[in-house]
Parts: sequence; structure tokens; C-alpha cells
Amino acid sequence: MEEILIAAIFLYLLSAAAYLVYFLLQRPLLPRAGLAALIGAFLLHTAYLAAAGIRLGHFPAANLRETLFCAAWAVAGAFLYVQGRYGVKVLGLYAAPLVAGVLIAGALLPGPPAQTTALFQSLWLMAHVTAVFLGEAAFALACGVGVLYLLQEKAIKTKKTRYVFRRLPSLELLDNAGYGCIVVGFALMTLGLITGLVYARAVWGRFWTWDPKEVWSGVCWLYYAALLHGRLRSGWRGRRSAWFAIAGFGILLFTFLGVNLLWEGHHRAFTR
Amino acid sequence: MVDIVLIGINHKTAPVELRECLAFAAEEAEEALRRLVGDPAVREALLYSTCNRVELLMAAENRDGALAAGRGLLAARNRLSPELLEGSLYIHENDDAVRHLFRVASSLDSLVVGEPQILGQIKEAYRQALRAKSSGVILNRLMHRAFFVAKRVRTETGIGGHAVSVSYAAVELGRKIFGDLAGKRVLLIGAGEMAELAVEHLLRQKVAEILVANRTYEHGLELARRFQGRALRFEDLPAALTEADIILSSTGAPGFILTRDQIRPVLRHRRNRPLFFIDIAVPRDIDPEINRLENAYVYDIDDLQGVVEENRQDRMKEAVKGERLIDEAVVRFRQWREGLEVVPTIVALHRKLEAIGEQELRRTAQSRRWAEGDVEAARRMLAAFINKVLHEPTVFLKRQGHRTDQTVSVDFVRKLFHLDE
Repeated sequence: MEEILIAAIFLYLLSAAAYLVYFLLQRPLLPRAGLAALIGAFLLHTAYLAAAGIRLGHFPAANLRETLFCAAWAVAGAFLYVQGRYGVKVLGLYAAPLVAGVLIAGALLPGPPAQTTALFQSLWLMAHVTAVFLGEAAFALACGVGVLYLLQEKAIKTKKTRYVFRRLPSLELLDNAGYGCIVVGFALMTLGLITGLVYARAVWGRFWTWDPKEVWSGVCWLYYAALLHGRLRSGWRGRRSAWFAIAGFGILLFTFLGVNLLWEGHHRAFTR
Repeated sequence: MVDIVLIGINHKTAPVELRECLAFAAEEAEEALRRLVGDPAVREALLYSTCNRVELLMAAENRDGALAAGRGLLAARNRLSPELLEGSLYIHENDDAVRHLFRVASSLDSLVVGEPQILGQIKEAYRQALRAKSSGVILNRLMHRAFFVAKRVRTETGIGGHAVSVSYAAVELGRKIFGDLAGKRVLLIGAGEMAELAVEHLLRQKVAEILVANRTYEHGLELARRFQGRALRFEDLPAALTEADIILSSTGAPGFILTRDQIRPVLRHRRNRPLFFIDIAVPRDIDPEINRLENAYVYDIDDLQGVVEENRQDRMKEAVKGERLIDEAVVRFRQWREGLEVVPTIVALHRKLEAIGEQELRRTAQSRRWAEGDVEAARRMLAAFINKVLHEPTVFLKRQGHRTDQTVSVDFVRKLFHLDE
């Protein structure tokens, strides 16, 4: 079991290295090698999670270790989607190290045996967790794309056309890809919240309990809703949209990790 | 050994007045090549004539004779004075000639290093030589190596990358802002050679429409007709700004014709779709402050020239890498040429057969568990066999020693037994 995980981490690191060297040397074969390594790693990663799920008999996100494994998996999957859709190869430079880093962090954590409760076996919960993880992964990528946008925009504005300018794709493509990530992320997040509410009603008898995680998730949802509204209504795009996506990911990270560490609540168990 | 010689003039050695006198049209070139290979000193010949160079490449039976024939051919054109020609002419031989050809084909010897047309022109020259039947074993191989190395230099170095002209630099910038330029609208304000050149580049990128605003409406109409665009009255400029994505300005106006305060509401009106200003005018037409607005980008002539200068320096750096690839190719070509000699070919043939014999012998001896003495006897038998088999081919190749098609036979034998590599 652990061998599969180590092999996946190794392939993610290999992929990260390929993307880094590609950025520096611009050899056309490297991003393909990076993508191939990442796909291989993703398949191993998927197998690992599936095996863990079957062994435990529930969705493997019951402690912080497992949660990080799932989060890394979601980012890798979202990256493959964005890569297929927009072809922003250089985004691998952000995604591959991020996935590898999260996975390594998770692997270093102890995995206390989670007390399996009936809580984890509902289909609603599965849908809730999957949608939330994938949505957050899409927002994580939107943040990465936003950083790339700001770098390229700065290069063009300051008329430095030698380095970053040549290595990053066009502003239009980055802006579109970032927007695409936000739309997908928002849709998944909405789905995640709805299934979460339904599940809460089934388990605790109430849709909304003012649990800190719920509150902060609501804040995130409203934040991204505002971003989309701004884009559709007043044409927020480019720089502003990129900064928004980066700041949004900050709030999201806080919701994902910070809330669990600061407050008690019914999501507490998942990061113990 | 057959010598490879190259004589010619190019943009570095001869002024355009001389180059145009020497230029050959396609039919003329074929005729000249036929005449050249009629000369016993010249075995094979190829000629390329572009606006920057006229060069004659020959595989020579007799070096001095071939050079005289080549000089005669060039001097005969338009009855040039020999002194004038002699001062501009360069001659390269063997490795130097090969290197020169490789550098020309790879565009390292071009006026604009890395320009892509030259390879096509040389391919066309090779087709001409094939039609004139003036290219044989040596030049065929040489030209194919030249095409190969040129392609390699292009793909493995960055000599062809990044714009080295102002108008093309503008297109490259546009691509980094808009991604695809197809479907974008271009507004040309004023007129001028460089601006019009940039418009032509943009048209090739399939932009949707060219809008032309000129102080003299009639002049604008004329330009619009040329670019199949639409002419505007100068007063309608503000309205056109909402429509256009790329604004190319090149007027003689003394001050800014577009200011930051004018553009700010335009951007809001366009829902922040980006605007790219290319200001080729001196004094400038576009307020540089506009560059500080979000989603607006301003490049003036100095900015563009700065980009071009950097790109040119980078090409020079990449050209050094190209030279290394060429050095390698020159050495390999020399090895091939040396292989065309009879004796090394016969030696190589012996070695090849002996190697095959030894391999088969060892296999049989092992499976049949032959004694050491039997193996030795079989080895002697094999050596005798190889000598007898190769006797007739050896005599054939050596007898041909002084015939002109010796290289053809040697080359054929080398190919038949796969002796190269």
C-alpha cells in the first residue's frame, strides 16, 4: 500500500522537475514528459485512495492525513482537466509541486485510526466531500493561473519581453483559463454546499447550524459569487480578476485548515 | 579526391548594383549549369541566386580549371569588368566550401540571421540542378546534408525565434495580449510605411477588419481600399475606439491625439476588453500614461525597437550554437567524402564480411561444441572464402580507378553493403 503512495509522490516530483526544467530551458518534449509522469502519478494516487476507501469501508477523509491525500488528488485531477481544456502547460510548474508538497505533508502526518461511524457511509456525504474537494482544487488552480497572469501582465506593461514574456502564454488565454476554473469551482462548491445541507438535515435534523466551517464556507461561496457577478455585470477581468482569485484562495485555505484548528465544530473530526 | 569549390558574392562583399548584374533567372541558371558540366574540369555544379547572394558550387575534377570556368561564367554576365568582380568574389574550398553552404542554408550567413526564406531558395536551386542534370553523387549528398543541418539548426536553436523587425515585434506583442489575433479589429490612425507594413502583418494574422482614420478623408479612403477596410472621418475617432482592439498610430500631429482621460471611459465601455496601442509616430501620438490603465498596453517606437534589439542579440547568441552543429556536420561530410576512396571502401567491405563470418562461426561452434582446433580450421576456411568472394569486386573497383564514374560505383558499393555507419 505505502509503496504505491511513495511511487506516486516520486512521479509527482519527477513531473514537477520536468516542468521546472521546461520553464528554464524551453525544450518542447519536457512538458509532455511532465504530463505523462503526472498522469502516471494520478493513476497510482487514485488506486491508493480507492484501496484505502475499500479497506476502511468509507470515504478516506477521516483525518488530516487522509484529507490532504484527497485534496492533492483533487488538485491533480483538476490540473489534468485544465490542461486538456486550455493547454496552459506552464501551469504544471504550479500544480505538480503543489500536489507533491501536499501529498508529502500528508504522508508525514500520523494517521490515527479513525473511529468509523455511520456518519461516513452516506452517499450524500460522498457527494458532498467529492464536490467540495474538486471545487476547492479548481479554485487553487485559479489562484495559480492568476499568479501567471500577473507575471505576464507585468512583463508586458514594463516592456520586459525577454524572459517571462516568452515563457508564459497570452494574457487572453490565462484570463480565460482562470475564469473557467472559477466557474467550474463555483459550480462544484454550490453542489458541495447543497449536498452538505441536505446531509446535515438528515443527520442533525437542521440544514444550518452556524458551525464555523459552515459560516466560512458560506463566506467563500459569497466571495466567489461576487467575483463572477463582477465579471458578468461590469466586465471585471484581467488584473483585478487575477488578484481576486489569489485572495480568494487565501480565504479558502483558511476555511479548509484554519477553521478546524481554531474552532471546534462538526468538521473538526476530519482533521484530527 | 574530387574537390568541392564554391565561388560567389554576397551582401557583405558586393553592393546591390553588382549583385543585380549577376543575378540569374531560373532558365538562365539551368542553361549555365548545363554549360558548366560540359567543361571537363567540372563534374557537378549548382547555382543559387537570391537578392543577397549569387553563389556557384562545384564538385571539381580539376580545381583550377573549375574555378576558371566559374569565374568565366560570372564575368560573362553583363560583361562586367574583371577587376570589379574580382574585388567582391570569395572562394571557398572543400571543408570551407561545405561549411559555407551549411551556414547559408541555415541562415547564419543571412543579412537578417535566422530568416526562413533562404532554405527554400536553396532547395529550389537544387531542383534546378536536378533538372539540368548537373548534380551527382557528391552534390546530392551534400545538399541533403545541408537541408538536414539547416532544419536541425532551426529546431534546436532559437535563431528563428522572436521578431527582429518593428512591425513583426508589434504582431508578437499583440499575440501575447490577445492570444489569437483572428477576429480582432485594427484601427490605423494616420499613415506611413512602417505602420502600413504592420497592418499587412496583422492582415496575415486574419484580423477581422481594418479601420482607417486619416485627417484627409480621401487619403483614408484610399488606404482603406488597399487593406479592404473601412475609412472613418477623423472626428469619429472616439466612437471607433470602442470597436477596435489594436490601435496603430502614425500621424504627424505635434501633440498627443489620445490621452489617458479619453481612454478611461472607453475601457469601461468596452467592459475592460484589452486595448493595445502601437505608437509609431515621432513625436508620439499616444499618451504614455495610458499604459498605466488596467487592460491598456502602450508601446511606442522606442519600446518596439528595444524589443527588436534584444531579440537580435538573442539570435546572435543562438547562432553560436548553430555554428557548433554545423562544425559537426562538416566533419561528418568529410568522413563520407574520404570514404568514397577505393581503398578504404575495400577495407571496410572486408571488415564487414569478416565480422559477419566471425559471428556466425561463433554461434555454430558453440551450439555444436566444436573443439578449438576445428574452430581455427573453420576460421581459415572463412577467410579464404571471403578473399575469393571479394576478388572480383576489388578488381572491378580498382580498374575503374581513373574513370569519372568511380565515385558512383564506390558510393553504390557502400550503399549496397551499408558501409556508412
